[in-house]
Amino acid sequence: MIKEEFDAIVIGAGMSGNAAAYTMASDGLKVLQLERGEYPGSKNVQGAIMYANMLEKIVPDFRDDAPLERHLVEQRLWVMDETSHTGIHYRSDDFNEVKPNRYTIIRAQFDKWFSRRVRGAGATVLCETTVTELVRDAKGKVIGVRTDRAGGAIYADVVVLAEGVCGLLGTRGGLRKMLKPEAVALAVKEMHFLPEEVIEQRFGVKGSEGCVIEAVGTISHGMAGLGFLYTNKESISLGIGCLVSDFAAKMESPYGLLDALKNHPSIRPLIAGSEVKEYAAHLIPEGGYKAIPQLFGDGWVVVGDAAQLNNAVHREGSNLAMTSGRIAAEAIIQLKRRNDPMTKRNLALYKTMLDKSFVVKDLRKYKDMPALLHTNACNFFTTYPRLMSQAAQNFMRVDGTPKIEKEKATTAAFIKARSRLGLVSDAIRLALAWR
Amino acid sequence: MHIVVSIKQVPDSAQIRVHPVTNTIMRQGVPTIINPYDLFALEEALRLRDAYGGEVTVLTMGPPMAEDCLRKALGYGADRAVLLTDRYFAGSDTLATSFALSQAIAKIGETFGPPDVVFTGKQTIDGDTAQVGPGIAKRLDLFQLTYVAKIASIDLAAREITVERRCEGGTQKLKSRLPCLITMLEGTNEMRRGSIEDALCAARSRIVKWSAAEAGIEDLTKCGLRGSPTVVKRVFAPTPRSEKAVQIDTAEKTLRDLADELIGAIFTRQPALEPELAFEAA
Repeated sequence: MIKEEFDAIVIGAGMSGNAAAYTMASDGLKVLQLERGEYPGSKNVQGAIMYANMLEKIVPDFRDDAPLERHLVEQRLWVMDETSHTGIHYRSDDFNEVKPNRYTIIRAQFDKWFSRRVRGAGATVLCETTVTELVRDAKGKVIGVRTDRAGGAIYADVVVLAEGVCGLLGTRGGLRKMLKPEAVALAVKEMHFLPEEVIEQRFGVKGSEGCVIEAVGTISHGMAGLGFLYTNKESISLGIGCLVSDFAAKMESPYGLLDALKNHPSIRPLIAGSEVKEYAAHLIPEGGYKAIPQLFGDGWVVVGDAAQLNNAVHREGSNLAMTSGRIAAEAIIQLKRRNDPMTKRNLALYKTMLDKSFVVKDLRKYKDMPALLHTNACNFFTTYPRLMSQAAQNFMRVDGTPKIEKEKATTAAFIKARSRLGLVSDAIRLALAWR
Repeated sequence: MHIVVSIKQVPDSAQIRVHPVTNTIMRQGVPTIINPYDLFALEEALRLRDAYGGEVTVLTMGPPMAEDCLRKALGYGADRAVLLTDRYFAGSDTLATSFALSQAIAKIGETFGPPDVVFTGKQTIDGDTAQVGPGIAKRLDLFQLTYVAKIASIDLAAREITVERRCEGGTQKLKSRLPCLITMLEGTNEMRRGSIEDALCAARSRIVKWSAAEAGIEDLTKCGLRGSPTVVKRVFAPTPRSEKAVQIDTAEKTLRDLADELIGAIFTRQPALEPELAFEAA
């Protein structure tokens, strides 16, 4: 048995776990962080875009030595059908600021860096150590953890569960329910390596400027899903994700979708000649506000993906993870300073603080969005993209048809596909969910 | 008993790549591991300690980042780690390496108690020479037991050890006096998973870092590039064989034709065989 007791044990060394461990250790708490991977980042998968403001709140000088790929100056949002894409591109020189707002990162490298900072702040980090069980006292308060290593339990005042999307430990420990297939997406991605100058040329960027494309449409084969292409320094992350329940219902394979995306005439030239060196898959929480489980209890809090904190509409996850980790840590620090015990009642402070942050406010704003998109997947991801493509082509193609007839044909196509009532109700429901 | 295990941090050969133009190993960004052969030595040392009591000290020579492999060794349960690091050691061949390590082991003996057994792996996966272990034994005047497959028994009172040594044509059972140096054969045991205490200890213990001077090395001309008579003249990749296997269609031929064709094909490639075989047939 280990006699030594910690102020806090953080389970997992992803974004939320590192944020929590760093914040607590920086304040002088005695922190133990446990990670099952060989090194922090070895098991972590993300697209990935990192949002600077949220990291700055935790590690203000991160730009000095964090492994950042490109800062983003251009965002392309595409609606795709089988042969075309219709897009909104936003590019601004304003993004070439001293402290840029968004960066592409490679998690295996970034998380290693973050963990070095966590260690530097004074936390003890153990890798290749899987937590198998939460240890409770007679009253059910979580007082420590047991791992897959020999030697018994380790004790702490509070356990921060940053165990990631599957959250097996928390579900096994009865802290929350099992993940539902309709509340989680499966995303697959490949790393396409290309020389730096080829990427600069293809995307019209220079130096560390970067460009991202995010796309919806027939690429998800009628399922609720999103495709993405992110430029790194010397590689392109290309991937696509759809709801697990949709994959199951449609009997589609994730790699099949990714293969089709790679061969799409709009994507193919962007990755031509590249060498694929890595592929990865990961689950993403998609349930939104309504899927957020109980966030705290006697001796424990849950943060990041394990708490389902992911904004699917804005494709934000890691910033919510970091922020929830930081806020949980700040709540624990406050209790510690006041010498308050880590009871359920006291740890409710974490939820109160989180509710006031953008994390919960944003998720509440889109609370109806998952249900709408998931039940109407076919309309939003197939019918409308096709109609949009047809309309655009109708508008662009010059073939001697009088313009008034072209417009009528476009209108007719929309009405035929969804009926007047359907169009109006889709518009209203979308507007309501967005509000 | 006090056991010293000398280990080396090597690039993970599974992830290494050779530069297509210069034929040199591209070490940049390649993850490093403990030389896999050394793990058998370390595990054997830990087993001896668990059975007979005492301490295991791991030692490595390398750049500051070699600390990672020592920390890993501590995580497996080693009691102490010593990193011999100094720019004077850069470019060491096996002669200079065994000199520096033997000096460090002598210093370890002075500081933490004389070792009863020094372990090394059979060889490293990057150098493949199997010279450093015997080199250390020679310099420290230790009995050396190389390619050891099993430690049969130790009699600490009589200061004797009995081991099984794999050799050409069989296994030798050897008895030696202590102290001795053992180079451990691969596949002889399985590395344990350190306990949570070991892991915690490894994450926090301070690693002893010695420069050449701190390790008591006075003659720097025997260290690093200056002390290394080995010169790498050229590095080259083996040329791929141009000859490919020949496929013979068996469906449409009689056995006799097939045999003739095969023998014919062999003789065209190896003309020297023809008179010999023809003579035997006659």
